[in-house]
Amino acid sequence: MIRVQTQDFDVGTEIAALRAARTDIGAIVTFTGAVRDQDNTITEMTLEHYPGMTETELERIEQEAHARWPLQATLIVHRVGTLQAGDNIVLVVTASAHRDAAFDAAKFLMDYLKTSAPFWKRESGPGGDRWVEAKADDEAAATLWAPRKDAAE
Amino acid sequence: MRLLYFAWVKEKTGIAAEDVALPDGVATVGELIAWLKTRGPEFAQAFDREEVIRAAIDQTHARHDAEIGGAREIAFFPPVTGG
Repeated sequence: MIRVQTQDFDVGTEIAALRAARTDIGAIVTFTGAVRDQDNTITEMTLEHYPGMTETELERIEQEAHARWPLQATLIVHRVGTLQAGDNIVLVVTASAHRDAAFDAAKFLMDYLKTSAPFWKRESGPGGDRWVEAKADDEAAATLWAPRKDAAE
Repeated sequence: MRLLYFAWVKEKTGIAAEDVALPDGVATVGELIAWLKTRGPEFAQAFDREEVIRAAIDQTHARHDAEIGGAREIAFFPPVTGG
């Protein structure tokens, strides 16, 4: 499941909803991304996105993870709008029978999300505003995941 | 055809969306960018570093050599920075 929302999320509530009424899940991995202010330069972050394409891309990435690993459930929640330093930005939850699939799929989802989902961050602080620049490291992390052998493209 | 602009591309063009009639001879995303750059200083500035501009045709990522075909919506934006 994927959600794009302005409001905050609660990791415990999301896990509980994902596990509700099922006993076949053996491993749950979560990743939470937050607005980081390392040296008092960032007070706010505004996340812009491309409504429509964002949801399509997140669903595509999620389906790709399910095609690669035996996952029982996945959840991606991404916030948009104006956030404060320390606020949650993104949540990824993966559930599987055994831990390896859940760990690997969570990293895969984040690596792909960071390079293909149409979100843009603008940081604000005492020194003014600036658009966050894409990192070459993120692109490299995503390309480390080789295409599936049975993938159409 | 609907054109959309996001993040600093939108700030530089000064508009978020517009409807345009494609001129003859514009068949690819790259050719569309070349034409957009001729539409005034804002557009020339927005697409100045055109190699970093990403595009999507009907909400799917597209390279600059992609054919526009019968697309309804083309979006231009900087490399994404979510997560």
